[in-house]
Amino acid sequence: MRKCQEKKKKQQIMINRRDFIKKSAAASAMAAAITMIPGILFASDQENSTLTGDINWTKGPCRFCGVGCGILVGTQNGKAVAVKGDPNSAVNKGLLCVKGYHQIMCTSSADRLTKPLVKKNGKYVETSMEEALDLVASKMKETIDKHGKDSVAMYTSGQSTIPEGYVASKFMKGAIGTNNLDCNARLCMASAVAGFLTTFGADEPMGCYEDIEHANVFVLWGNNMAEMHPVLFSRMLDNRLNRKNVRIIDLATRTTRTSKAADKSILFKPQGDLAIANSICYELINNGWVDNSFVEKHVAFNKGKTNIGYGLEDNFKFNDEATPINYEEYKTFLADYRPDKIEEISGVSAKDIKYLASIYGDPNLKVVSYWCMGMNQHTRGTWVNNLVYNIHLLTGKISQPGNGPFSLTGQPSACGTAREVGTFTHKLPKGVVTNKKHRELAAKIWKVPYDRIPDKPTYHATEMFRAVDRGDIKFIWTQVTNPLVSLPKTSRFRPAMEKESCFVVVSDVFPTPTSDVADVILPAAWHVEKSGMYGNSERRTQYWDQMVEAPGEALPDAWITIEIARRMGFGDLFPYSKENHHEEIYNEYRQFHVGKKHNMAPLDILKKESGTIWPYIEETGKSTLWRFNSKYDPACDQAKDFDFYGNPDGKAVIWQRPYEPAPEMPDSEYPFWLNTGRVIEHWHTGSMTRRIPVLHQAVPNAYVELHPTDAKRLGISNKEKLKIISRRGTTILPASINERGMPTIGQVFVPFFDESMLINDVTLDSFCPISKEPDYKKCAVRIEKV
Amino acid sequence: MPIKSYVAFPQKGKKNQLIKVLERSNYCEVVPSSNKEVLILVTDTQNDRQENELLLALENIEEIEHLNLVSGFNEEVSREKEKATNNDK
Repeated sequence: MRKCQEKKKKQQIMINRRDFIKKSAAASAMAAAITMIPGILFASDQENSTLTGDINWTKGPCRFCGVGCGILVGTQNGKAVAVKGDPNSAVNKGLLCVKGYHQIMCTSSADRLTKPLVKKNGKYVETSMEEALDLVASKMKETIDKHGKDSVAMYTSGQSTIPEGYVASKFMKGAIGTNNLDCNARLCMASAVAGFLTTFGADEPMGCYEDIEHANVFVLWGNNMAEMHPVLFSRMLDNRLNRKNVRIIDLATRTTRTSKAADKSILFKPQGDLAIANSICYELINNGWVDNSFVEKHVAFNKGKTNIGYGLEDNFKFNDEATPINYEEYKTFLADYRPDKIEEISGVSAKDIKYLASIYGDPNLKVVSYWCMGMNQHTRGTWVNNLVYNIHLLTGKISQPGNGPFSLTGQPSACGTAREVGTFTHKLPKGVVTNKKHRELAAKIWKVPYDRIPDKPTYHATEMFRAVDRGDIKFIWTQVTNPLVSLPKTSRFRPAMEKESCFVVVSDVFPTPTSDVADVILPAAWHVEKSGMYGNSERRTQYWDQMVEAPGEALPDAWITIEIARRMGFGDLFPYSKENHHEEIYNEYRQFHVGKKHNMAPLDILKKESGTIWPYIEETGKSTLWRFNSKYDPACDQAKDFDFYGNPDGKAVIWQRPYEPAPEMPDSEYPFWLNTGRVIEHWHTGSMTRRIPVLHQAVPNAYVELHPTDAKRLGISNKEKLKIISRRGTTILPASINERGMPTIGQVFVPFFDESMLINDVTLDSFCPISKEPDYKKCAVRIEKV
Repeated sequence: MPIKSYVAFPQKGKKNQLIKVLERSNYCEVVPSSNKEVLILVTDTQNDRQENELLLALENIEEIEHLNLVSGFNEEVSREKEKATNNDK
């Protein structure tokens, strides 16, 4: 009888589990359909069907992009077994994309790093964590003793948690005393940071995702949201379906799934966005569509340097200088951007420019501009960010529900960690290293001598790896990042990292081409195997609790950094406990942002809610949804309607920035533009998503997209192998014609996720001289059949 | 014992017929879209014989324009695929 009951119970569990998996499979397919077919709906009872079984669900943010969807992770018997969207999350309201649903599947990959590996006589040998940490600390210390503190460097990530980024900054800048800390957010977000700082004196968007429910028009500047930010794109499509007068305009250099779902697709020539934005401003002024009262009260005008170079030389230095100008001078400058005058350089008809201007200029329409890598990975990335702000400032369409410019991020904590904690060479948790007051504050909170924090930035990402190649950096430690796939011109940096002159330490969850060149590999805990916080694109900080144990000897990166710091004699600066270090670090970090302008929510609030948006107003327990607008933001001078308090005069800056060409243009030898990017199934360098069978099988390898006209002219058929050649390197990929996306004639597109087809061996290491962000979207290549 | 899910695209105008055919088929569950000519197909078979039988049946359904496989859950199969994935690298 008892046996029979046990058997029945076992069968019941099996049935529940099978039912649960079926629902999970259906949910994945629905998510895939939503991203494939914009606007598709399924009956709500099916979409909302809850997964059953003896599963324990814990909230957290998604591991992948910067949208910051809320997830619920199902754990059973100490294992993460399922993921579903968090219906309580204001970001995604229960929806996830195909990556989100499958994220935990990578953690059980057979090649997961679980033990430290040390290279001995050219072979990796497993060792204990204690031994590996001792070795890393002694090598770092020895290098500093021999070559000085600027001979060691750390390169971290927009995927590092807030505590991980914070201890990395404290360790490098406060303990060792070098600014040799930069991160991979330099490769995706630095132009947005420089844009916000130069225009508003304060980083990060003023609005939030709730803008989607208020806006009438979404102008997407080089932003394939259907694939890169699919959940937000779905939210946008849902609004178009359910509200009158909602339009999406796709302004891009390539036809994508976003273009197909948009109401209007406008294609422009690479680099033409600079001219388009200025031309829109010309039209706004010429047609009397400027909000003169707003401009008079809240805007100043500046111009910067021109012909500023492209950063192609080692040790390239540039500092912009702001020169005040007046409105009349600005208007005179814009005369060169009359729509008919820029048709040739932009590739956009005067009619379409006028159409765009009429949208921004219509006082009855609320407009949000979205962008991501298209504008940021740009040799004039800071400029084009400034120029889009100009449009919103001239029309006063900013800092209000449904009106504003909004840069989206690509990594889950590019904002929370890289930008807010400040894991860039020039940054501190509050402010910049060049500012005496900011250094004083950091020294006080970190309890280090003020003069230990150097007052000058050192190496940004590209220059950091150039310094490795030159032999200037002799010890580098990468955490949560895969630079030998993601850097531009990896054809230079791979051999650089292999040189004996530099000791390479890589902390990661999986082996990658970067760990392949490491002297020591430290196994790291994945996302749900540790506690932490991420900060998403809309200034939302989200907390999660550790849900499962990390395998083997893997540790959270923050704890690895603390262990190294202690071994190097900085134990008194890192007095945190192993069990609770993430909380102790967050509470210390919060001190940097005390005050109305950037107050971070207390931990107990973050633990309860699916994130809060800073500045968090403790008196009311509310997030600040729209900054710089006194109606919503108590940090504003309440006597004013708008207060751009990041700048001392409370005014935002309209910048005079011209069109300047890209550093390398197609010519007779290299006749195609190369544009690189991503696909929905894979996240960045693919180290996680290529280990998720469903995603890997969906897109198992990279490819090169060509326009059908170019393919026909060159006699290239689909799947035919092509060699892509630039002045830096080559890679071989199968052709893709008329499939997912379509580049314009004379352009090819390659996604960069595939480590076996390294397109970044081909790309150019030019960057924006102000933000130092590389341009992965424009260089010249030729194609040869293999 | 794989459980798989597909996004299924019917031949033009054949969505309702396809739903009926699939609902009558063994091992199949259907979630139709309420506003597009698309449906979700979830299949659940117990062994290789059933899976092969199902795949053959699906191939012969005239109302299907094409099927996009989205996910497949089978612990043993997943592990093998994972190994294959890693060997590819």
